[in-house]
Amino acid sequence: MNASISLRGGGMRKTLTCITKCIRLWGYRKHIGSRMLGLCVHAAAALTVTVLGFLVVYIMVRGIPNLRPSLFAWEYTSDNQSMLPAMINTCTMTVISLLLAVPFGVGAAIYLQEYARRGSAITKVTQITTQTLSGIPSIVYGLFGMLMFGGALGMGYSLISGALTLAMMILPLIMRTTQEALSSVPDLYREGSYGLGAGKLRTVFSVVLPSAAPGILSGVILAIGRIAGETAALMYTSGTVAKIAGPGDSGATLALHMYKQASEGLYLNEAYATSVVLLAVVLAINFCADRAAKLITKGRG
Amino acid sequence: MISRLREKGMELVFLAAACISILCVALICIFLFANGLPAMREIGVAGFLLGKVWKPGADIYGIFPMIAGSVYVTGFALLIGVPVALLTAIYLAYFCPEGVYRFVKPAIDLMAGIPSVVYGFFGIAVLVPAVRSVGEVWNARGNSILTAAILLAIMILPTMIGVAEPALKAVPRSYYEGALALGATHERSVFAAVLPAAKSGILAGIVLGMGRAMGETMAVIMVAGNQARMPKGIWQGIRTLTGNIVLEMGYAAGLHREALIATGVVLFAFVLMINLAFSVLRKGEHA
Repeated sequence: MNASISLRGGGMRKTLTCITKCIRLWGYRKHIGSRMLGLCVHAAAALTVTVLGFLVVYIMVRGIPNLRPSLFAWEYTSDNQSMLPAMINTCTMTVISLLLAVPFGVGAAIYLQEYARRGSAITKVTQITTQTLSGIPSIVYGLFGMLMFGGALGMGYSLISGALTLAMMILPLIMRTTQEALSSVPDLYREGSYGLGAGKLRTVFSVVLPSAAPGILSGVILAIGRIAGETAALMYTSGTVAKIAGPGDSGATLALHMYKQASEGLYLNEAYATSVVLLAVVLAINFCADRAAKLITKGRG
Repeated sequence: MISRLREKGMELVFLAAACISILCVALICIFLFANGLPAMREIGVAGFLLGKVWKPGADIYGIFPMIAGSVYVTGFALLIGVPVALLTAIYLAYFCPEGVYRFVKPAIDLMAGIPSVVYGFFGIAVLVPAVRSVGEVWNARGNSILTAAILLAIMILPTMIGVAEPALKAVPRSYYEGALALGATHERSVFAAVLPAAKSGILAGIVLGMGRAMGETMAVIMVAGNQARMPKGIWQGIRTLTGNIVLEMGYAAGLHREALIATGVVLFAFVLMINLAFSVLRKGEHA
């Protein structure tokens, strides 16, 4: 029952745990309350997992039969409801947002972790601002992007305006994961590098960053997942035009394309198919991020 | 000399990067407030926040129905989601066999990554018909407060579990063992000794979930019905602050548009307050 707590050991220990478990279950006759609580705990966990499983399976079962080749046609028409333009737009959007956010995010994390003194004013302030940024709802980012990039800077509805908005959104995520990755690099590495006569900059770039790479990568992959799934922030920045767009044109990403299909209610089968693709992409991305994050702990032994 | 210069120069570049996040927050505040506050002044702060009628066609802008809608939906979502999330977190921390943990934990983490449109679509396809048929006796609409609340509860589960579980695990083993030694059962030790000790971490998780629920947009507008009027019971539809912005921004102009941006300002203020509460609770946890 509580194997996560019991110590791992040989067969002897296993039999012992088994015996204690039996004794405990027998003793529970007198502890109805405890038993009920235990049941509740298990029921809740089962519910959580069931809901998740049901959601994923339901979307897959309804969507996969609807995946037709015409859904991946080069041109979108209202007949074929092709999602390929939206997929390409998502890729463009991801690349531009990452190009904007990663250098700043990683640079900021390097400053905060390697240069700034602990507890200095800048670390405190940036901690507050990154926390604020990560808590702001995406629709507020969308409003801001519409006002600043679309309005004040005159970009209108365009991928670049959407990408700038998303870059701001993923900045705190990249900063946080990079900072965590940098802080998990042992000081021994840095001292070794200094001892060999390398300067601070060289230490950072050729010793610290390479060993923190898996952690940073996992943050970047998570950010890709957020970009792929984002809708509210893009609706009024990148627009909802279903065609392959250049950086200056308006174009819908996959998630936005799916929202349009689902909320219009005319192309439900196609919407199921699109959601399968979206779900598969995002789940795969998050899975990769998890793997990348594990690399870091494994490498350290 | 040159290398000294380069060292110093790069440090400044990194410093500049670190200041970007500060710049972002400042820009967001400036743009939202500069565009939203004039409208609030024109409509009248009290009339805007407490007005119960939203009729852009007649130039009447009262967002109280939407504030009530957001509060109702978030409240019910927490009512449904918190017990499940808390018990699941307890399961993961104290009841879960290691073999099961290795699958369940990543699965719940993955749940956090599912895009909100997919949740929303699931809501349209499954929850809306289900709620409609269950609530037939009460004249229920499928697109209702209850549907939105259930969907949001599902969506914020991983957020809350993700914060509450480490908080539970961080409680010193001696608390649990002490309770066991006094003769308490496993459950009683967890619920009576460990749970109170992890209180602030769990509260932080709930507050974080609350912020998520309040700010969620797409999934909610897909299932909430979006009628801009005061809530009429959990079986009827409602419009949230987030929904108000998305639904009307596409065609709004003039004062209407500014009123929508002002709605964004109100939402922003709400979420900032919630986040403030979160960081205060977090501090309490570390102290």
